[in-house]
Amino acid sequence: MEPQPMKPGPTKSLVRRVLASRSTVFGVPFIWLLLFFLLPFGLVLKISFSSAVMAIPPYEPVFNYIDDTFSVVLNFGNYLFLISDSLYVAAYWGSIKIAFIATLCCLLIGYPMAYATARAPVQLQLVLLLLIMMPSWTSFLIRVYAWMGILGNQGLLNNLLLWLGLIDAPLRMLNTNFAVILGIVYAYLPFMILPIYANLVKLDTRLLEAASDLGSRPLNTFWTITLPLSKGGIIAGSMLVFIPAVGEFVIPELLGGPDTLMIGKVLWEEFFNNRDWPVASALAIVMLGLLLIPIILFHRYQARELEKNG
Amino acid sequence: MVRAKSVSFSRVVLVIGLLFLYLPMFVLVVYSFNASRLVSVWAGFSTEWYGALLQDQQLLSAVWMSLRIAFYSASMAVCIGTLASFVMTRFQHFRGRTMLSSMITAPLVMPEVITGLSLLLLFVQMAQLIGWPQDRGMATIWIAHTTFCSAYVAVVVSARLREVDRSIEEAAMDLGATPLKTFFIITIPMIAPALVSGWLLAFTLSLDDLVIASFVSGPGATTLPMVVFSSVRLGVSPKINALATIIIVTVSIVAFIAWYLVQRSEEKRRQPLPESS
Repeated sequence: MEPQPMKPGPTKSLVRRVLASRSTVFGVPFIWLLLFFLLPFGLVLKISFSSAVMAIPPYEPVFNYIDDTFSVVLNFGNYLFLISDSLYVAAYWGSIKIAFIATLCCLLIGYPMAYATARAPVQLQLVLLLLIMMPSWTSFLIRVYAWMGILGNQGLLNNLLLWLGLIDAPLRMLNTNFAVILGIVYAYLPFMILPIYANLVKLDTRLLEAASDLGSRPLNTFWTITLPLSKGGIIAGSMLVFIPAVGEFVIPELLGGPDTLMIGKVLWEEFFNNRDWPVASALAIVMLGLLLIPIILFHRYQARELEKNG
Repeated sequence: MVRAKSVSFSRVVLVIGLLFLYLPMFVLVVYSFNASRLVSVWAGFSTEWYGALLQDQQLLSAVWMSLRIAFYSASMAVCIGTLASFVMTRFQHFRGRTMLSSMITAPLVMPEVITGLSLLLLFVQMAQLIGWPQDRGMATIWIAHTTFCSAYVAVVVSARLREVDRSIEEAAMDLGATPLKTFFIITIPMIAPALVSGWLLAFTLSLDDLVIASFVSGPGATTLPMVVFSSVRLGVSPKINALATIIIVTVSIVAFIAWYLVQRSEEKRRQPLPESS
């Protein structure tokens, strides 16, 4: 923004206007995100040290200012409660396990899909990308719901298997962990494919030619050149699937059963059914703590993407 | 030989993967025309569920509510997301850069239950301190959706901002345009396609959100996903199949138009420039 018009007269007002516009450009997104993204986390942290009461809002104040004295009442009870009750530990473990398996499945299906798309003719690439992305533009809720009709005891898949004679009695597929993993893979697959595709399409094909000229077998070239060079895309895609999947509520609620323990669902029930806001907040803080490393990994990659050729 | 084999393996997975993505939606479309209430029985072709859908006042008002919220959220998210990505791509060194970049990227992966809970606590606190919002509803959902949609807009727009030729901006400023004027006359038209796709993405994200809206909404505001969710929780319903079909068809048409427009502009770009004599 260096070159300024060389006018003798209204320089001062011009400078002021530039400064004003500049601070708007910086200020608006900054203040909005500070107020509506960062500050709320501070509040979650604060409420997690409170205790539940029958009132509106249903928690006790943490910072008190009575008779000119300022006091802070920190209640670690919620965190102790989370550790002591095996339900919560099991829910955290269950979420991480299910999210991990689903991420792995997404990677195993998504990588070849991204690879084939990146190697297709340019005209076709656009069509394929559109086909891959389009499901994620329709309703998430409805795509999860679609599996309820397919996996149910009276559902399409059971009827098909019975008709083929592969099974004698309907298999219980809905309301199991299997259904939850399938739902996550189905809903999040496009988010795995896209970053890997973006990475593979930029890959310098001369490297592959050089490797093959030097006598490397295609499979060897893939393992030693293509795969390591697409590491960034793999990490970004995996984080885009893994992190939201850990906190997923809709999929375990609709496709999971009574034995499906996932932390997003537990938090939802703690908040809406038990109206225990402090415990729900403590659950959120611990979840955030567990996801901190994956979030930092994702942020590193994304920041590099945002800043490239900047 | 081996090369051909490995390529065909990924192609096979691509085809199977696409089938996996589209078969469940195809099933929904087919069963929305089923005369029977049950999923497992095909009782002939019928459009009665579409009729039932149009009679459902609760659903229709939820659709209207969702469309309005999505429109306002997408518009605001485009403003904030564009400003944020402009700052990130055009200014390399300023205080708070790391903080801004993490606040832009974090909402992309943040679990929805955490975002929803944290925003609700903010609104409750704000109501206590400054008396607003007294009752939660459209305005609070609008703020919540704008916040997480801005992140997606920022990703789409900054990809485009990095591509545009900055010498045009510099030329405009050399010729005396103020940075603000340059931004509106030069930069905005150059990134217009990204603004449109960012807006559309934000619109669909807002229209689709259940979890965050459930946290921050009050008794007055019921969005479409909330109505769908409370119905779907009880089991499969042919009315929801009909709704799903309408959504799928609408998105397909919009996607087709987008593909056609991109295709045409690509063809134009590939044509050689007319020679100037």
